[in-house]
Amino acid sequence: MGVPALAFERVTCAFADRGGSGRYTAVKDASFAIGGGEFVSLVGPTGCGKSTLLNVAAGLLAPSSGRVLVDGQPLTAVNARAGYMFQAEALMPWRSALANVTAGLEFRGTPPAETRARAHEWLARVGLAGFETRYPHQLSGGMRKRVALAQTLILDPEILLMDEPFSALDIQTRQLMENELLELWAADRKSVLFITHDLEEAIALSDRVIVLSAGPATHPLGEFAIDLPRPRDVAEIRMTPRFVELHEAIWRVLKSEVLKGYGQSRK
Amino acid sequence: MAKAANDARLTRGRLWFYQALIIAVLFGAWYLMTEPILISEASAKNTAFFFGRPLAVLKVVFDWFVSGKIYPHLAITLWETLLAFAAGSVLGLVVGLWLALSPTASALAEPYITALNAMPRVILAPIFAVWFGLGVLSKVALGVTLVFFVVFFNVFQGVKEVSPVVLANARMLGATKRQLLRYIYLPSATSWVFSSLHTAVGMAFVGAVVGEYLGSARGVGYLILQAEGVFDINTVIGGILVLTLFALLLDFIVTRIEARLLVWRPASAETESL
Repeated sequence: MGVPALAFERVTCAFADRGGSGRYTAVKDASFAIGGGEFVSLVGPTGCGKSTLLNVAAGLLAPSSGRVLVDGQPLTAVNARAGYMFQAEALMPWRSALANVTAGLEFRGTPPAETRARAHEWLARVGLAGFETRYPHQLSGGMRKRVALAQTLILDPEILLMDEPFSALDIQTRQLMENELLELWAADRKSVLFITHDLEEAIALSDRVIVLSAGPATHPLGEFAIDLPRPRDVAEIRMTPRFVELHEAIWRVLKSEVLKGYGQSRK
Repeated sequence: MAKAANDARLTRGRLWFYQALIIAVLFGAWYLMTEPILISEASAKNTAFFFGRPLAVLKVVFDWFVSGKIYPHLAITLWETLLAFAAGSVLGLVVGLWLALSPTASALAEPYITALNAMPRVILAPIFAVWFGLGVLSKVALGVTLVFFVVFFNVFQGVKEVSPVVLANARMLGATKRQLLRYIYLPSATSWVFSSLHTAVGMAFVGAVVGEYLGSARGVGYLILQAEGVFDINTVIGGILVLTLFALLLDFIVTRIEARLLVWRPASAETESL
């Protein structure tokens, strides 16, 4: 595999407590790596610092200690090789779907004619041809996610960071989006770091699933290689015996953490 | 369905009817109070001195528009309003953006902004008259001091409330600091300027008229001042009527412009933090 596309080395993230003097350690000594072209999911109970890890990988957040390597190079600024799909709405509401997709190329100073042509092409690829002039509030949640996907992929990032991108969607739309994501991914095999609290989603999509411990001081507990054949259909693969086996094995590790996390949230 | 729509139209028509009734009753009361019909001629004259007579007021307004005497005055008042609105908005936008993005500057300026905003700005009119003369400029200056704060506070708040996710997303898409200003902060702030459009235009209008009233040679405020000097209460009320009508017209135009510029906003009244 050679040099990993993205590597966390003993990353620790501590935040000043809201109260003032105290300190909250969200992530402690997290080390793991994602190979080139690999699809890796991080699963963990809610509030375990998954998003923190992703923000560190994006270069939006500097770790308190430890470092992130991108293709062997330490990350110091915003990760220019990575595209980021946020969990929350991240589209610019004052821009049309097309203008949202063109934004990244505009920032890079690509000629407007080329920018528009490529944006049209990408909107068509995510199934939104004909919706170019719509504003985000005129699109459904699933459509907005597609726009966000086109907005990220048009820049052709080597690494794709995804923070529960489909968690706000209904289950049918979600499975459609997951299949589309797999198709797009299969076309040019980017390295993907996918965050979810949904174990089924993680298994259906990934090459490897990393289970995180409950917060605070989150760290990877275990890794599971997902040896399901590709191409996959996320809805159908859930019925296969191997899927159920993997699900059981990972759930055994995850369950106690989920209960721990639940207990903490009730305190 | 059709019946429901019909009902809605009916209630709407009824609403208009009652609204018209209110104004008719007011005018009727005013008429009876100032004409010698129910009351003696002496007391009618007395009340007419203070309140004017509705028919005389309407005649004044009618004559203004027929003879064309009002147009240059109206034009000057509207011109002052427009200039004050434009200058105040641009100034408010620039300063708002600057202070919102520079914590040091905003910490330094905060007490002065608060003090200036708390000060009754009308009191500056005599000073502006001394500085800028009795022409258009002194009215514009007064209007600017009023408009500026409306726009400034809106922009300041707007920039503070730019969605951190949208901001992070733009950074991940490769936006530099300058591009963030141009593509994120500025459009986000302008949307707040537009939402303060009604108040800002109203303020600009107030600045123009009050400025004229306190010293000028032209404008509707000047007409009112002149008439008041000779106790011509009918003309004073006529001027007020014309001003009210044009304030309504300005508000209508602003509503149309707003609808066009904010197409990207959700249609319902729900607020969306940007």
